[in-house]
Amino acid sequence: MDEKNYLLRMEGINKDFFGNQVLKDVTLRVAKGEIVGLVGENGAGKSTLMNILFGLPVIHQTGGYQGKIYLEDKEVNFASPFEAIEAGIGMVHQEFILIPGFTATENILLNRESTKYNIFVEVFGERLKTLNRQEMHKRAVSAIEKLEVQLNPDMVVSEMPVGHRQFTEIAREMDRKSTKLLVLDEPTAVLTESEAETMLKAARKLANLGLSIIFISHRLSEVLAISDRLIILRDGQVVRELESSRTTPREVASLMVGREIKEGLSKKSKEFEKSEIVLEIKDLWVDMPGEQVNGVDLQVRKGEILGIGGLAGQGKLGIANGIMGLFPAEGEVVYRDEKLPLNNPVRVLGKGIAFVSEDRRGVGLLLDEPIDLNIVFTAMQIQGRFIKKLMGGLIKWRDDKEIARVAREYVDSLQIKCVSEKQNAKELSGGNQQKICLAKAFVLEPDLLFVSEPTRGIDVGAKSVVLETLKRQNREHGTTIVMTSSELEELRSICDRIAIVSEGKIVGILPPTADPADFGLLMLGEQEEVKASV
Amino acid sequence: MKDQSLTRAKSPLARFVISNAVPILFIVLLIFAIPLSGFSTDYLINEIITRLGRNSFLVISLLIPVMAGMGLNFGIVLGAMAGQIGLIFMLDWGVVGIPGILLAMLIGTPIAILLGLLAGTILNRAKGREMVTSMILGFFINGIYQLTILYGMGSLIPITSNKILLPRGYGVRNALDLISVRKVLDNMWSINISNISIPLGVFSIIIGLCIFVYWFTKTKLGQDMRAVGQDMQVAATAGINVDRTRTLSIIISTVLACFGQIIFLQNIGTINTYNSHDQVGTFAIAALLIGGASVVKATIPNVFIGITLFHLTFIVAPRAGKELLGQAQIGEFFRVFVSYGIIAISLALYAWRRQVEKETERRQAKAAIKAAIEDKAEG
Repeated sequence: MDEKNYLLRMEGINKDFFGNQVLKDVTLRVAKGEIVGLVGENGAGKSTLMNILFGLPVIHQTGGYQGKIYLEDKEVNFASPFEAIEAGIGMVHQEFILIPGFTATENILLNRESTKYNIFVEVFGERLKTLNRQEMHKRAVSAIEKLEVQLNPDMVVSEMPVGHRQFTEIAREMDRKSTKLLVLDEPTAVLTESEAETMLKAARKLANLGLSIIFISHRLSEVLAISDRLIILRDGQVVRELESSRTTPREVASLMVGREIKEGLSKKSKEFEKSEIVLEIKDLWVDMPGEQVNGVDLQVRKGEILGIGGLAGQGKLGIANGIMGLFPAEGEVVYRDEKLPLNNPVRVLGKGIAFVSEDRRGVGLLLDEPIDLNIVFTAMQIQGRFIKKLMGGLIKWRDDKEIARVAREYVDSLQIKCVSEKQNAKELSGGNQQKICLAKAFVLEPDLLFVSEPTRGIDVGAKSVVLETLKRQNREHGTTIVMTSSELEELRSICDRIAIVSEGKIVGILPPTADPADFGLLMLGEQEEVKASV
Repeated sequence: MKDQSLTRAKSPLARFVISNAVPILFIVLLIFAIPLSGFSTDYLINEIITRLGRNSFLVISLLIPVMAGMGLNFGIVLGAMAGQIGLIFMLDWGVVGIPGILLAMLIGTPIAILLGLLAGTILNRAKGREMVTSMILGFFINGIYQLTILYGMGSLIPITSNKILLPRGYGVRNALDLISVRKVLDNMWSINISNISIPLGVFSIIIGLCIFVYWFTKTKLGQDMRAVGQDMQVAATAGINVDRTRTLSIIISTVLACFGQIIFLQNIGTINTYNSHDQVGTFAIAALLIGGASVVKATIPNVFIGITLFHLTFIVAPRAGKELLGQAQIGEFFRVFVSYGIIAISLALYAWRRQVEKETERRQAKAAIKAAIEDKAEG
């Protein structure tokens, strides 16, 4: 395509967050009336790229970016999202940015309302102009007509079906006369199938009207169907640009997931096929904000390490949190032929199930308490251990000697770097804090251990210690482990089976030795493709 | 949408009762208490009309912060203090009648604006805890007010009239007589219909204020306030200056409360310099809540229904208490009990309702996802 025809060019974009390179020489070009699909795993750099385009404060606060952005061949560098919007870039987010109690019209024209003059304006200023409802209605209707969808301009957003809320968002961008480029960030994530179809049709229509669109989605089939061109990001780099019509989901998925693991994948998965089922999850629903679980069925076998993977926000974290009772859950969870009470952390812990939360600093640790107390805290509360009883149990006293002894044991065995076991938890690095969380779970001597994102935000050295420790716990103590992680490599290196979650449901369970492309396809909700190939 | 109609399947009557539980409770209470008290209808109507004229302005001043999502503004006490300062100066300068009232308002307004600005700025730093913050702020400013009046006036601030100052030469007396402006607004344009006097002047001021509030919701600023009230983040994303909008709502409320207190005191006829403003916030808020308002929604009808029910209870309860238990104090006790109790109950009810709504939402979301999955399976 001719160079001059590009509406937006982002050339050679580099960005690092405190030395951590997240974008490397990324080039993104969008022609007028073109739909470009942007695909990549979490952390591949999609959102950082869009944040740079919009001039979000977080970019400027972390030292800006390298590279050049041209909009209609003029170099731009937006200082704030408002400037980007002014220049004609519209954004439709995954979460709705709408006022629930306002009508579609009021939301479409939010802060751009048509107004009428009155005498008070002279005294108190512009904001006392009255709203011109008729004019507003007209503008809303004309914005909606561009989309060619059914949307009642007078309906209150909170009473709308989800799809209509999404249309309201897009109509808002359409009301701005200047909008030339629309960024759709997972616009169909919350829509039903038919709503998503209408939404895609509307996007196509807008492109035909000359609007350029950057389309970000985890639903691969949609991206392939709607976009003219596909850009695949992996680890902050553009790995490939593809014509959508000349590729297959499998190719895209394998490009996206990419890497092969060199060393020893866990290969003993066969051993567990006949072992007994310790935990059976039936139709589990968990209301965890941002990690909604929508009816998961899953079986965990004795002695295995089961991995739960999937993209962020698809609900993989909700499973463990729901079973442990940290978020409202519904459904049936059977542990050793006994129904587990849901929404009751104390009872679940009492059954010998432990949990290492992904929220290390919030849920995992008492930051202002010393290491030793952190390690034994749950054991004291739930199992009544490390407690001396005086006067026949009337007074309970902490057994500080025993606590310190056990803590020292774990400090040694997990290589926790600290001055002594009396140091406060908040003074340690992320990796060492994570080790405390693990020690805290191990002290309970659990039969079943849930571990969520055990290596998130910790350095490489600590990562391998954490994974090694989990493996050892599994081998030496026979603890069944359910590990949730965003890092597929990590799951493949220690798990016996890996379940992939997409849109709140388990879409498939694969052995760690499976083709990386299959994992990619599952994460993108393309389970049919996988079944066809296996 | 079918799942939604299912969860709302309760009969409309049941829903009406649930959402108006508080006013209905009070009506039932009054149905028993009024005959017990033995007051004549004429007397009760007269009393209610007086109290409507006296209190409406103050209660209406609460509406705009509710619209801006800042809850019930206990900080109207600040406006009341500004109004009283205005009245003190008016007394000192010896201006009487309607010009006196206007002068008091003129002096009170800039003070109210400053106090409103202060309150608004502080409340912006306490988002989500506006009510308790505004209440404590009221206590704090009360301290400064009393210090100023007790030690500042007559020494630093020029007040000369002996009628106002304490015999020692500085500080304002505990009670001030407002004889010079007593009921001037009420008598401005008053008619009598068979023993019932109706202060049309005050009522036309109140009606004017209602029209103003209604008109205000139709302005750009009003629309911005509603947007900010429902979702600050969304409003900020749309480019609305959230903090400024919230501050403006508090300033308007404080200024209206200043006028409200002046109207209230001209009807009463005396100022308790150190106490008159104390309960203004609590009583106004209790009245509004009894009228069926909540922390997030308050309308003009809520104001009038609330004042009528609240004050009828006040008038009737002591006598009913005396008839029933032989003790009149029970009524006075009831008065305090009711106003604090109703605020506590309303806040608890509101929290509870929010929880129920959340639960309902979750069920709806689940049903919607299930339906979508079934659709997929069929299609």
